Amino acid sequence: MRHIISLLLENESGALSRVAGLFSARAYNIESLSVAPTDDPSLSRMTIVTTGTEEIIEQINKQLNKLIDVVKLIDMTGDVHVERELMLIKVNATDGERDEVKRLVDIFHGRVIDVTDTTFTMEITGDGEKLNAFVQALSSITILEVVRSGLIGITRGEKAL
Amino acid sequence: MELIGADIVIQSLKAEGVEFVFGYPGGAVLHIYDAFDKQEDVKHILVRHEQGATHAADGYARATGKPGVVLVTSGPGATNAVTGIATAHMDSIPMVVFTGQVPRHLIGNDAFQEVDSVGITRPVVKHNFLVEDVKDIATILKKAFYVATTGRPGPVVVDIPKDITAARCEFNYPAEIKMRSYNPTVKGHIGQIKRAVDLILSAERPMIYTGGGVILGEASPQLTRFAQRLGYPITNTLMGLGAYPANDKQFLGMLGMHGTYEANMAMHQCDVLIAIGARFDDRVTGNLEKFCPDAKIIHIDVDPASISKNVKVDIPIVGQVAQVLDNFNEVLDSKRKTPNTAALEKWWAQIDEWRSQDCLKYDHNSGLVKPQFVIEQLHDITNGDAFVTSDVGQHQMWTAQYYGFNKPRRWINSGGLGTMGFGMPAAMGVQLAYPDETVVCITGEASIQMCIQELSTCKQYGLPIKIICLNNQYMGMVRQWQEFFYEKRYAMSYVDALPDFVALAQSYGHTGIQIDKPADVRAALEDALSRKEELVFLNCFTDKTENVYPMIPAGAGLNEMILV
Ligand SMILES: Cc1ncc(C[n+]2csc(CCOP(=O)(O)OP(=O)(O)O)c2C)c(N)n1
Repeated sequence: MRHIISLLLENESGALSRVAGLFSARAYNIESLSVAPTDDPSLSRMTIVTTGTEEIIEQINKQLNKLIDVVKLIDMTGDVHVERELMLIKVNATDGERDEVKRLVDIFHGRVIDVTDTTFTMEITGDGEKLNAFVQALSSITILEVVRSGLIGITRGEKAL
Repeated sequence: MELIGADIVIQSLKAEGVEFVFGYPGGAVLHIYDAFDKQEDVKHILVRHEQGATHAADGYARATGKPGVVLVTSGPGATNAVTGIATAHMDSIPMVVFTGQVPRHLIGNDAFQEVDSVGITRPVVKHNFLVEDVKDIATILKKAFYVATTGRPGPVVVDIPKDITAARCEFNYPAEIKMRSYNPTVKGHIGQIKRAVDLILSAERPMIYTGGGVILGEASPQLTRFAQRLGYPITNTLMGLGAYPANDKQFLGMLGMHGTYEANMAMHQCDVLIAIGARFDDRVTGNLEKFCPDAKIIHIDVDPASISKNVKVDIPIVGQVAQVLDNFNEVLDSKRKTPNTAALEKWWAQIDEWRSQDCLKYDHNSGLVKPQFVIEQLHDITNGDAFVTSDVGQHQMWTAQYYGFNKPRRWINSGGLGTMGFGMPAAMGVQLAYPDETVVCITGEASIQMCIQELSTCKQYGLPIKIICLNNQYMGMVRQWQEFFYEKRYAMSYVDALPDFVALAQSYGHTGIQIDKPADVRAALEDALSRKEELVFLNCFTDKTENVYPMIPAGAGLNEMILV
């Protein structure tokens, strides 16, 4: 099953490679990983999307917790939470395609952030499925580039990491 | 007091109470070596290869419980140390290893003798640090010792760029350290402990299985009290030998791949398994699907990640084993309930039947020296009280099976990584820690050659260790697998072109003895052990074809042993 694990770790050189190294050394899956400093610059927040059996997920949580740089960790899969991912996507759009693309962006509540005579660049946020759906909706259009941030998530309500 | 980085390193070691640093110099650590020269509190032991330094520090740590300390230079110094760091990591041994690094402005430039030591060692350490400022040295060292020695212990690497060891700053060694990201759990959950005790008392066929965690956690007295008040059978893993006296009747011997028939059968048929400071290693469990099919399992370990990693357990208890066992004993004291004596009697009758198989029997009438006999004689002469290190192979298993360790921290071997070359340098560390004790290294003619250069170190520091080489002229353990599983095709396992070990020992300034007859074993051992001031290399030619029994083949269950 797919799990979203969110962690706070010391914002120190090498902390990221400890996490990445753990996943490769123990042959765990990473679907996506995103990391950036938090409001407290000494801490980074990392979101990992991974899959595995319940036993493997339990081990992943324990092994991550065991890393000396990891301050706190939550597997938010079981909690009510919000997931978001940002996608930047650049397509070829000429003539009639331009209206079609604009219409799709509106439907998906995205924004056009750059335009040239032949291209549109758009941003879209949502959960992974919505982004996939948008890419699919563009199937008749030539896609030049797709950049996805990897998923981030936060629990709803008062619970906080 | 303002000091240069190198002096800060040494003063910090002094503040940590470090007696010995095992090391080897080189460009990147020369400031630190210079600092050694200015003081006498922290002694430096010069090895002949960095692998030797790590194993020596490791042996010191295993024998004393104190962290072993290593100092090596950048590049090849650091890479040579990796095997020893990994060895310590696999067996959770507290160590702090300093690696020199090129000056900061050269990092990343492929400078002379530059390697990414933090990167290379990351998967084989508990934690590692790159020092980026002279002001950080003291704090990082404090953290390094704290992390290495608390929770589940392990090696910590501190990589120090050369320029930092020459930079100056005010020196204050922190008295205490707190890390928000590291709080090793110590106390076992009392509710779980009570549930566990209830289960323990309800057992009809109980079994206690303990590992290296009991030794590392200094929990031997608590364990002994716990096991004896219950009267339950107990087995130790390879790493756990000595935690419970081998000469006690409740002790069933070692379990696992080369465990005794009675220990493995009792594991297989028990209804309640009490696992303490053990990690259900594959060499212990055999085929997981066939492991302890009828047992409810209680698992006590300081490392939550050890619990339910390989085997799903019913009652997990995370905590320091000594404390948890104290709690167990207290709860037992407060209970009126006692073990089920009738069931226990039946269980012991069954165990005694298994015991009567005498699975460790061997041929006493052979004209060749049986390796098992050498170990038994050694036990007899030393009362099972010597410090015994070993290398890796058949000789290691025979020592584990036949020496009979009665005390913790006496049996020193590389169980997790299985590192050939470990034995002699480890013995050096032990002998330095305990100059007046008997320290024996049981080795094979293949293993000993992996760190043979340390004979020179032993000479320099006058370390009178006793090396007993069970010389079967084969990589015996490899040969055994080839005999059993590769239709006796002995590819590359014959150890050809052996040196004359007696002459070799003598050329290093030591004493060499050679024997090849059973009748000479006792006298040779007594002779060697009586030479208190000398290192003795006893080269003992043994039966080349002897195998380690019992054996559980890969993929089999604990009840599927090959017996003699
Ligand atoms: C560094 C290293 N290389 C290879 C091995 C694989 N190995 C395990 S036992 C063994 C043979 C050891 O032979 P010897 O030291 O003569 O001991 P014996 O088994 O004959 O007692 C080998 C090669 C190992 N454990 N460590």
